[in-house]
Amino acid sequence: MSLRLHVTALEMRLDVPSDLGIVGDAVDLVASRLPAGTLSPRRVNFNFRTALAEALGNAIRHGTGEDPGRVVRVRVELGRDAVRIHVTDDGGGYDRTHLPDPTRPENLEREDGRGLFVIRHLVDDVAYNAKGNGICLTLRAG
Amino acid sequence: MSFSVKKDKSGVVVVGVDGQLIVGNRQELKQKVLDALEGGGRKFVVDFAKTGYIDSSGLGVLVSLSKKIREQGGELRLAGLNEDLQTLFELTKLDTLFAITKTAEEALAAF
Repeated sequence: MSLRLHVTALEMRLDVPSDLGIVGDAVDLVASRLPAGTLSPRRVNFNFRTALAEALGNAIRHGTGEDPGRVVRVRVELGRDAVRIHVTDDGGGYDRTHLPDPTRPENLEREDGRGLFVIRHLVDDVAYNAKGNGICLTLRAG
Repeated sequence: MSFSVKKDKSGVVVVGVDGQLIVGNRQELKQKVLDALEGGGRKFVVDFAKTGYIDSSGLGVLVSLSKKIREQGGELRLAGLNEDLQTLFELTKLDTLFAITKTAEEALAAF
């Protein structure tokens, strides 16, 4: 399954097939083409990569239902002050209300339920579109 | 990304994670550890010395494996976390679920 990244001075775009097995390759491809300067190498290698993997995994599992015929769209805005990751699927949206706190003792041994919690700690800002099928993750320069 | 599985001379299973542990490869790790558990292994160390990042699915599979191993009377320990990964375990409070050491050697010595 091939991935084709479209790169301009202002943004990168990638369509990712709805296949969890391709998430690692997609993250590697985007991170490897991120211009140096805005984010430190450490933040690219940890914060950026983990946040993108989380967002892609969520979109593929919850948005497109791991249907290989569908795609998840990634757009990365390349600014001097920040990098913004947009991940959008074609699903009906995801209800983020009433998500249990994964750090509560009764939830610690649960296998799932940490995705958005982890994302919020990795990036500087998290925003969603109105339908709930798109997320924007902002990593400010540094 | 790949996983290595070795058994030390005292029978501890050491699993190395090269690259990342994420939604796309967690099942591979899970199967390797479950195979070793079925083969009689009870003491496990997952070594993250060569790991760049772990997502929440990777964390989840470690939680699930730890539980299965404990149910069989064994233990899963973690080692080699870099500063960012250590912080990830602390903020999710998973550092309270696992014995974590700086190196795999320390984890082996502590068994």
